[in-house]
Amino acid sequence: MNDIPFPNFLSGYRDAELVHHVIHEIQKRLTKPWALMETCGGQTHAIMQYGLDQLLPEEIELVHGPGCPVCVTSLELIDQALWIARQPDVIFTSFGDMLRVPGSRGDLFSVRAAGGKVRVVYSPLDAVNIAQQNPGNEVVFFAIGFETTAPANAMAVLQAEKLGLTNFTILPANVLVPPAIHAILSNPNNRIQGFLAAGHVCAVMGYWEYPPIAKQYKTPMVVTGFEPLDLVNGILETVSLLEEGRASVGNAYSRAVTFDGNQAAQKMIQQVFEPVDRNWRGIGIIPQSGLGLCQAYQRFDAALRFDTGKIQTKESEICIAGQILQGLKKPSECPAFGTLCTPQSPLGAPMVSSEGACAAYFRYGRKDT
Amino acid sequence: MTQEKQEPISMQGPVCPLPHQQTETVVIGHGSGGQMTRDLIHNIFQTRIGNAYLAEGNDAARIDLHGMDGSQLAVSTDSHVVFPLFYPGGNIGRLSICGTVNDVAMLGAQPAFLTAGFILEEGFSMEALSRIVDSMAEACRESDIQIVAGDTKVVEKGKADGLFINTTGYGIIPNGRMIGGQYAKPGDAVLISGSLGDHGIAVLQARGELGFESQIQSDVAPLNHMIEDLLIAVPDVHVLRDPTRGGLSTTLKEIACQSQVSIHLEEETIPVKPDVQIACEMLGFDPLYMANEGKVIVILPEKHAEKALLTLRKSPYGVMSTRIGAVFQENPEEVLLHTTFGTTRILDFLSGEILPRIC
Repeated sequence: MNDIPFPNFLSGYRDAELVHHVIHEIQKRLTKPWALMETCGGQTHAIMQYGLDQLLPEEIELVHGPGCPVCVTSLELIDQALWIARQPDVIFTSFGDMLRVPGSRGDLFSVRAAGGKVRVVYSPLDAVNIAQQNPGNEVVFFAIGFETTAPANAMAVLQAEKLGLTNFTILPANVLVPPAIHAILSNPNNRIQGFLAAGHVCAVMGYWEYPPIAKQYKTPMVVTGFEPLDLVNGILETVSLLEEGRASVGNAYSRAVTFDGNQAAQKMIQQVFEPVDRNWRGIGIIPQSGLGLCQAYQRFDAALRFDTGKIQTKESEICIAGQILQGLKKPSECPAFGTLCTPQSPLGAPMVSSEGACAAYFRYGRKDT
Repeated sequence: MTQEKQEPISMQGPVCPLPHQQTETVVIGHGSGGQMTRDLIHNIFQTRIGNAYLAEGNDAARIDLHGMDGSQLAVSTDSHVVFPLFYPGGNIGRLSICGTVNDVAMLGAQPAFLTAGFILEEGFSMEALSRIVDSMAEACRESDIQIVAGDTKVVEKGKADGLFINTTGYGIIPNGRMIGGQYAKPGDAVLISGSLGDHGIAVLQARGELGFESQIQSDVAPLNHMIEDLLIAVPDVHVLRDPTRGGLSTTLKEIACQSQVSIHLEEETIPVKPDVQIACEMLGFDPLYMANEGKVIVILPEKHAEKALLTLRKSPYGVMSTRIGAVFQENPEEVLLHTTFGTTRILDFLSGEILPRIC
């Protein structure tokens, strides 16, 4: 571990002097106000954690996008997950954030407290190992996430196939960024003028999907990372494009992202998954915005194995979480924020996940803004 | 948000999907040491068995002995359920002594006696038990304390996870020492005796769930000698508190609430080892919320800060002691972190269980 030069790597991208220099550059290029959306929940958190919003000129408004996979997972899928997790022979595995997200009745924590076998894993491959070690149990992995987690989720299915496991399935819940950007930009109420594209999604997918979107909606997009210097550089490049009136796509995260992305990972996603319509919590169904298992791998689909199609939940139509996830409202504009709705007793998913915009606002003290 | 604009919220209504309120059953977050633990204590325990001693909200109770010399008794109890039982830098045995010794020492008491209760699961290895009790003996020698009463219970296989240990500690607070979370005062300096997060990461790593290896060792240690040396050199100390579950942030927030002050921290002065920082980055944890078992927060008048630091640094457990912030009167109950960027961030109680970020 000592030979990995991480500390300098990190501190270099957290250099206060460099960050202030870039902020100054942004200031110099600004002639009017702009509303930018950071797509990823990880970016929202970094902005809050380092207080970058306090440093930016007033003309720049950062709007928090739908980039928290926990927050956008539909109530229906969570209810299906809870139902599966309650089955006596099932070991239900999930990333930790998902355990506190409320379904219609209860959450995975309460299923565990009632005796359900719910385990937190850090990688879908851990779930495959659990399946191998527990042949008498059905092991189900809750496959949430954006394009970032999709390769690992695909890898888990391929690994289970290779091992000949018949007791491993996933509950497919992956969502895709480009259809969500389409949905936001085509909304008549949209006021987003530029996008900070999610760096880690682009590390997998590249950014070849973005130029047509930027052109269609006349909205510039810049691939942006997660460290303070990455973020202000992404903002600087987006502002420059906006001020120059250019709706093109830039890359301010070139140390991790190429135009084509990770080809091997993309191939794996294509092999295992296919695009399907998906319901986003608080937003509704976005066509072709999710990943379902393709025909050849449907035997690994927990929804089919446990026949969860019968579980249907209708979601509230006026949940403010939806407006927050689309950037139409800020968390602090919700009347329940910080009073009735806190991370301890969340009323909505954005307050639950460590990547949720409401939780970021709360944790980093944006109670009054 | 103004009062006029505020609309009434129906808890049953369709504002946001209404989650399960964690009031019907105990869930794991109730043991986190953060807000849920506070709620549990407040709602279940303090309403039923509350009294003036518990209401002080410190790690140990202060009991008047009505003796001639004015000294007082400090009592603290702690159950240890760490998993796994052995981890780099320590095990449940060493932890069960150090945890309670430290809680007693946080009132400025000299820990003298311990009791120990063991709950053993049928089938537990005698060899492992011997090693654990050896570690307890060693920690007792190091902290000059004796176990004077004990209890052993065995439960059926599957009814306990190997071994749980409860220890209760007793110590004498010399006359005139008034140290506690309620005594922080504006103008005080805030010191920490070393780097943060070592214990939390060491235990997580020992679970084998991290998917990578590191050299991080738990900091579990008895701090009573270091604290006694400090109090002899600098008697005028206001607060001592070990930032265990919930980490530095949660502990300082508790102190800010108890003392009705605000605490301001300078981010660049807070010591975190590079290995711990990297592990936290990879897992989405914040070192300011990670558990420590061999660190103490010292709050005392600014004029004594330098001398206190020099004294702490003489102990093997305080070599990296440093000043991390100060106490103010304005905005009581607030803990503010001044970042290296010149921005500020509010620190709060840990909420729920520490969970890794997922992407």
